[in-house]
Amino acid sequence: MKARDCRYERARSLQEALDLLHRHGADARLIAGGQSLVPALNLRMAAPDMLIDIGALDELRGIRLADAGGAKRLRIGAMVTHAEIARSRDVALYAPLLSLAVKHVAHAAIRNRGTFGGSIAHADPSAEFPACALALGARMHIASRAETRVVAAEDFFRGLHETAILPGEILIAVDMASIEEGFRPGFAELARRSGDYALVGLALQGKPLRGRTLFEAVAPVFFSVGDRPIFARAAAQILMDASVADDTRIRLAQAALTDDLNPPSDPQASSATRLHLARVLLGRVVAEVLEMGAGESRDA
Amino acid sequence: MTVHQSTQTPYQMQDVYARHLGIPEANIRVVAKDVGGSFGMKLHVYGDEMTTAAMAVMLRRPVKYVADRLESFLSDIHARSHRVRARMAVAADGTITAMEVDDVTGIGPFSAFPRTSAVEGNQVVRLMGGPYANRNYRGALKVVFQNKVMMSQYRAVGHPIACAVTEALVDRAAEACGLDPIEIRRRNLLTDEAYPYKSPTGYVFERLSHHQCLAGLERACDYAGLRKDQMEARKRGIYRGIGIAAFIEITSPGPAFYGVGGAHITAQDGCVMHVDPSGSVRCQVSVTEQGQGTEAIMAQIAASAIGVPIERVRVISGDTETAPYGGSTWASRGASIGGETVLITGRALRDQLLALAAVILQEQPSALDIADGVVVDVGGGRERITIAELARIAYYRPDTLPPGVQPQMTASRNHVPRGQAFAFTNGMQASHLEVDVETGFVRLLGHWVVEDCGRIINPMLVDEQVRGGVVQGIGAALFEECIYSAEGQLLNGTMADYLVPMASEMPDIYVGHVSTPTLHSELGAKGAGEAGTAGSSAAVLNAVNDALRPLGARLSEIPMTPERILKALKKI
Repeated sequence: MKARDCRYERARSLQEALDLLHRHGADARLIAGGQSLVPALNLRMAAPDMLIDIGALDELRGIRLADAGGAKRLRIGAMVTHAEIARSRDVALYAPLLSLAVKHVAHAAIRNRGTFGGSIAHADPSAEFPACALALGARMHIASRAETRVVAAEDFFRGLHETAILPGEILIAVDMASIEEGFRPGFAELARRSGDYALVGLALQGKPLRGRTLFEAVAPVFFSVGDRPIFARAAAQILMDASVADDTRIRLAQAALTDDLNPPSDPQASSATRLHLARVLLGRVVAEVLEMGAGESRDA
Repeated sequence: MTVHQSTQTPYQMQDVYARHLGIPEANIRVVAKDVGGSFGMKLHVYGDEMTTAAMAVMLRRPVKYVADRLESFLSDIHARSHRVRARMAVAADGTITAMEVDDVTGIGPFSAFPRTSAVEGNQVVRLMGGPYANRNYRGALKVVFQNKVMMSQYRAVGHPIACAVTEALVDRAAEACGLDPIEIRRRNLLTDEAYPYKSPTGYVFERLSHHQCLAGLERACDYAGLRKDQMEARKRGIYRGIGIAAFIEITSPGPAFYGVGGAHITAQDGCVMHVDPSGSVRCQVSVTEQGQGTEAIMAQIAASAIGVPIERVRVISGDTETAPYGGSTWASRGASIGGETVLITGRALRDQLLALAAVILQEQPSALDIADGVVVDVGGGRERITIAELARIAYYRPDTLPPGVQPQMTASRNHVPRGQAFAFTNGMQASHLEVDVETGFVRLLGHWVVEDCGRIINPMLVDEQVRGGVVQGIGAALFEECIYSAEGQLLNGTMADYLVPMASEMPDIYVGHVSTPTLHSELGAKGAGEAGTAGSSAAVLNAVNDALRPLGARLSEIPMTPERILKALKKI
């Protein structure tokens, strides 16, 4: 099947893109890298009358470190490709979780075209970057003709392909606090084949206490287990609970995922399988993050 | 009517259109050029294609039909839906003494036309235990209709099921007798003195090379080394497995196979070959190209039969109007039957060219040979006249020839296997893999095949046929499955949901050969298209079960998804 015929406009500025979006309203869809939208068009799961191409908007490009009230924040333009994330030294230094995650995003060809903002705005519950954004406490910069507003990641993802972006708005950038001293990233996913959407995935950033299984702070976010990325709060509480014995903490956190997750069943894996795999991933990622901490302390 | 169609069998379709649309066969042309991967799926007659042809007749104008992926999932044949109950009796020394099999296969709502949907089940029950010497066998087949997609012949028809069931039982027998999987096979494989051998299900094996292949496999995979690694890895909590599978492959069906059922499916192939005025050879042949290199092999055979460089041979196939009538390409018959046809045609043309050269050179034909496009003396190889010069004289100056000489620049032959009902090939496969026992994920570490396809014509094409076949069998073992709802709705009709094996997950695949040419043809080729698929699912199944053995878990269903492995391990 091929896409339904539709009109196409390539915007030359953000203002023009916003004007086009305003003029065509609900009949229009934005197209960035097209790596999710074009397959959806070809399967006719999407059939807009109008495509507004934002690929030429320089305002949406670039990765840079911004000073926001004395704190450093990494700002990633919506049109930054996955491949640019993978190559970026700033991302590796200030948001290393993204550097870990990007290797798992689809295939090289898709990483060359697909965009960070596209992934965030598309809000696929199986995608890596929305989960990372939530784990990193990212903020989404959303432009309309009237203003640019900022929405926190925890308020941004509303459901399956549903976000806080309103009609007439465009996600222009995402920013996140630079990783703080002592914090470490961990990422793992289980996909049947390299580049497939994961059966279960976990993006985590936390500050482990040396020589213990205890975290001063930790944000474990699972994906492919619900209609949006899910912050595992019960598990996080246990990982930060000093009153729990060190040798039982990880096991208890794994058990607590029952409270955090209620994964859907599909032909690939049942809910019980996904919950089991989520527990395995939590154990592995936490162990990896703790080991990383231990390794660095040895080096020091 | 001209039909451009993605089919493996243009001549079969020409007959079907003629009879079903009431048009004389001579007025129907079917064109099926490089149609791409077919794997048996494009052998069958489909409603959408018949409808398209019928519409063209009714409307008296061209009609084009293109299926999208979902439509293909729902209308192209599916395969390999079997539920098998089987048991095997073994003596204490590991000798297999009996085998019993009950197979239920669902074929969808109809039997495929014209080849039926019963062939797969038939071959499943007839191939069970095929490599082994046991004579006590009972097999029963039930074919049931279901409201699912039609099922029929697909690459290595029935073999992967027969092989997986047999080889899984052999591994269980080995475990029960305390024997190594290699040793129990060595004790039970048909011995080299057994041939010709008629199997309990009536297949006649001219000559197979099980023991040579087994020895070759053991060496190639360093079996002892793999076992040592397995023991060491287990101490570290890593579960690796080694799976062995012996297989036989049915190739090159003779005229009775479909003939007895009255289907208009020819087992013969035809070839017309001529030398053009420039001295180049045009070879029109009925076997078709699906990307497996049919045309390359035919060019190779023609070139060596005549004695011209391969660049001078042009192969023309895939069009009922421009190539002679024949069976085309299925059941690993292209190289063996099509190749033999080209070989005998090429030899006939060579004899005609030598006869003409002998007249011109005033020599006996037996004193001349053709090498590299030049007629040479048999002894010494002195160049006498080029084929191009022969052609120039034949076409433009036959007036210079002695009276009554008529140069014959075209040869044609038909060939059909008469000596045996089928050819049989054989081989051994080994799979080495690691199971993550917490997640149920399988990582393939290596795969080895040592096979015997008879005469090898093009080593690269044979190796890649085997590798591609192995990958297809691995797909069945680990990934591929048509999942239906309880109501019969296909749930995974896209390439995102139906998982085919991809390069990233595939191991290195070693391919080794033993060559036992068939004596029923001059060429000696038996066929190589299905060997890889026949045995690789079984090898992977046995390897997973070998890995899980210390944990008391065993799988008996493929594909072995992470979920099924976790269930076998009682983790969920």
